[in-house]
Amino acid sequence: MNCRGVVRELSNYLDGGLDSDLRQSLEIHLEHCEDCHLLVDTTKKTVQIFCNSDPLPLSDDVRNRLHNALLKRLGRPQD
Amino acid sequence: MEELRYTDAFSMNAKAKPQTTDGNLANASAVPADNESALVAAAKAGEISAFETLVSRYERKIYRLAQHITQNNEDAEDVSQEAFLKAFQHLGEFQGNSRFYTWLVRIAVNQALMKLRKRRNKDVSLDENIETEENFIPREIEDWGPSPEERYTQEEMARILSEVIGELDPSFRLVFQLRDIDELSTEETAEALGISVPAVKSRLLRARLKLRDKLNRYFVRGMVK
Repeated sequence: MNCRGVVRELSNYLDGGLDSDLRQSLEIHLEHCEDCHLLVDTTKKTVQIFCNSDPLPLSDDVRNRLHNALLKRLGRPQD
Repeated sequence: MEELRYTDAFSMNAKAKPQTTDGNLANASAVPADNESALVAAAKAGEISAFETLVSRYERKIYRLAQHITQNNEDAEDVSQEAFLKAFQHLGEFQGNSRFYTWLVRIAVNQALMKLRKRRNKDVSLDENIETEENFIPREIEDWGPSPEERYTQEEMARILSEVIGELDPSFRLVFQLRDIDELSTEETAEALGISVPAVKSRLLRARLKLRDKLNRYFVRGMVK
């Protein structure tokens, strides 16, 4: 596999969707190509960082408006 | 526009991730908050407090999803409100074949896209021609070190991630949001956006590579904040 092949298969590799022959071919390339090794590593970290990021809590104002509007529209009096 | 039905008729195999419960409004429901299917059943039976618990559980994620799609805080509030309201009204169509959150995401995506279309007063096409990954060359390939995100506080990271994802083309942003942030499967993402599975895969790769490029400026090893 060459560098272009690594880019093409990158997502499938990270998601564990490559068959064993293709995966092996890609990993052999990674052992010898520092750029592709870093590309795979940093792309994997990109996905992990987004995946692990918890959304910030809503501000009290936003949260109260959301809940009050829902309660009103669902027919229960607001507290 | 034709009213959509929000069934979950096809079986889904999303990557399950435990959801956290956080500070709810007073939970007056008799149903334990960690029993989601019981909460959904109680909400279906009209128990509003059970539905409130579900809203509290997912409000942050739904708001972030809406904010990422609309790129506007006011619209994100409207979309969140409409999505939860729609979910309550259509609960009868939820059959438990998917996770409740996956079903909720589909509703929120639809509401957010409708909001975008109204705001822009034209169709927002998710099927526009896009470059394929063949034409995309990653730039600035440098070492980030083992845990680059630890150099930033949670608030700083949230701001950085929101900024870089906001720079993506909407058709890439949506796929990345659903697939990698909300952890829908490729098939679920295709279903939610009305695009093909190959289109999801192609856009996901492009989105990941572009975000990697954008994050590079924050994460290069040895960089001082």
